[in-house]
Amino acid sequence: MYSGHVACPGCGASLAMRLALKGLGKKTMLVLPACCWSIIDGPFPYSSTKIPLLHTAFETGGSAASGVRAALDVLGKKDITVMTWAGDGGTMDIGLQALSGAAERNENFIYTCYDNEAYMNTGIQRSSGTPWGAWTTTTPNKKEQPKKDIMAIIAAHKIPYAATASVAYPDDLIAKYKKARKIKGTRFIHIFAPCPPGWKSLPEESIKLARMAVQARSFPLYEVENGMKYTLNRPNPNEKPIPIKEYLQRQGRFRNLNDQSTKLIQKNVDQNWQNLLNKLDK
Amino acid sequence: MKHKRKKMSAGSAAPTSRKKVISGNHAVSYGAMLSRVQVVSAYPITPQTQIVEMLSKLCGSGQLKAKFIKVESEHSAMAACIGASIAGTRAFTATSSQGLALMHELIHWAANARLPIVMADVNRAMGPGWSIWTDQNDSLSQRDTGWLQLYCESNQEVLDTVIQSFKIAEKIYLPVMVVLDAFVLSHTSEPVDLPNIKLVDKYLPPFKPKIKLDLQDPHSFGGLTTPEHNFELKYKMQVAMAEGVRAAKKADQDFKKVFGRNYGIIEPYRCQEAEIILVTSGTITSTSRDVIDELRKKKQKIGLLKIRMFRPFPAQDVIKVLRRAKKVAVIDRNISYGVGGIFCQEIKAAFGNEKKQPSIFGFITGLGGRDVTPETIMEIVTHTKKNKYPKQPIIWIGLKK
Ligand SMILES: Cc1ncc(C[n+]2csc(CCOP(=O)(O)OP(=O)(O)O)c2C)c(N)n1
Ligand code: SF4
Ligand SMILES: [Mg+2]
Repeated sequence: MYSGHVACPGCGASLAMRLALKGLGKKTMLVLPACCWSIIDGPFPYSSTKIPLLHTAFETGGSAASGVRAALDVLGKKDITVMTWAGDGGTMDIGLQALSGAAERNENFIYTCYDNEAYMNTGIQRSSGTPWGAWTTTTPNKKEQPKKDIMAIIAAHKIPYAATASVAYPDDLIAKYKKARKIKGTRFIHIFAPCPPGWKSLPEESIKLARMAVQARSFPLYEVENGMKYTLNRPNPNEKPIPIKEYLQRQGRFRNLNDQSTKLIQKNVDQNWQNLLNKLDK
Repeated sequence: MKHKRKKMSAGSAAPTSRKKVISGNHAVSYGAMLSRVQVVSAYPITPQTQIVEMLSKLCGSGQLKAKFIKVESEHSAMAACIGASIAGTRAFTATSSQGLALMHELIHWAANARLPIVMADVNRAMGPGWSIWTDQNDSLSQRDTGWLQLYCESNQEVLDTVIQSFKIAEKIYLPVMVVLDAFVLSHTSEPVDLPNIKLVDKYLPPFKPKIKLDLQDPHSFGGLTTPEHNFELKYKMQVAMAEGVRAAKKADQDFKKVFGRNYGIIEPYRCQEAEIILVTSGTITSTSRDVIDELRKKKQKIGLLKIRMFRPFPAQDVIKVLRRAKKVAVIDRNISYGVGGIFCQEIKAAFGNEKKQPSIFGFITGLGGRDVTPETIMEIVTHTKKNKYPKQPIIWIGLKK
């Protein structure tokens, strides 16, 4: 990536791209449905990525990449990695159909969902990736539905590789892309990517928040192979988690929560964590 | 016939073509195969499904060395064609009606991205009520997207137009839609000349795009374009569209040199000294030809103008033919609600500031697949003869009282 991209200070999404491309190397082509990254990359005639990049319509992350992949295969360029880079809205809402189609066909590409938990490009509206209790411009009090479990949906497609990653753990993130690069078929990586303007958090705290989400067991880092084999990377189950409250109170988007709501969120985090532990390969 | 065959096998060269009785849908599939499309991405919808099935079969048997992406929707079909085209391959899809409408966002995208994709659309009425029968509202509602549109009259023309379309598209970097009527062409079998693929290769060399996704020469495609630059992109599209008229004429003439037949972008039929000229598109043309022949036998001064190319609209060519007539009867199997027939609008607009204008009658018939018979056409002729000027903007023919 070149410097000079136009992301906000403390943007998790731009850091995520830099790390992902480190793992993938230069033999990579990007497919970019509408999201904050459509802006971050820079206006015509600029681009901040050093590799070929196809901007595409909001809901076409799975389908446009299928076309690029097919073309490269026909042209005998099977060694080039094709990566779709989409937001949580482009993945979990409007693009879910095309993603599911591509995953079901086991198209040979990597699909990244960088998750800032709302539609940020259009100014902070809820997505199905927005967590319960969060303020957005379309959930003026708080969101009343839990975050969609996209990893479970993806796992149900039995694709060869799926993983969660976080900008707070760059080594883990890069290693996952290096691993994914060598696998054939559909690979899915879900990256937790804080967004200071959308979360009403401090730009200098983005990494800290991302780390806290892992330490609170709210966004654990794990891998799923063939939809079956679950491996936990972080946090260590033997370590005491930090209370979710500490994570929530550093973000203005959760300011409407009372103690009861916070307890509910904690209960939910604990349940999801237990579910994950139950799935782990023993 | 016998003599001809002998002549062909006498030399060492392979036969230049073979005849096969095929449906319009299969004419599309064979046209795509002969064009050596490299990526096909399509989704089934009646009455187009046979196109997809045949292409699938041709890919499966290895007769067509293309990658077929079996997407989960038409929207994805077009998105995949866009990806495949930008990555440097010849891409093809086919759809109809609801499927075409679902693609709409990406139909704009393909054109604005200046991608030479070719798509066949089998004209089918838009629902509800569900209809699988022909009318042109599906394709015509895409008229402002920057796609060229070519309307076909016969299965042979369908096959030939698919091949020509790639030639045109790759010349001017705009996508082309090949349009055929549901059932009347799509499911009706006719003898079709399948040209030898070596001849097609001669006519249509491999696709070599000017720019594409390329590791050696990385670009970003389609990013944010501020008002500082965007206007010029739109202007250049119009320039390319205008060039499309010339490109299509040239592709058609070159086609004749190689294959011995062509169609023109419009075709005047028996228009010598015609006082009345019917204007048609699609299969209504064939029905009208018979009616014209009958009337000419009776020494009536009547002719026909078939419009094959609707976008870009070849206004100058059309005016040149029609300005000699006293009356023009435009037959539209489509409607722009609140205005009238769409071909009629275009023709009226084409005459715009011309001093001498024929009186232009706008007929609408055959919507939702209602049969358009020689009697329907006769009714149109009779009405036009009887009235000096059209009394209303839309004259409905074949409507139940
Ligand atoms: C069909 C369509 N609908 C709506 C939009 C407007 N739009 C562009 S990006 C976006 C939100 C993107 O959200 P997400 O995928 O989470 O990415 P983020 O902006 O948060 O990075 C929306 C609603 C669009 N481009 N296309
Ligand atoms: S709004 Fe959020 S995701 Fe978008 S560029 Fe700014 S920090 Fe990054
Ligand atoms: Mg988002």
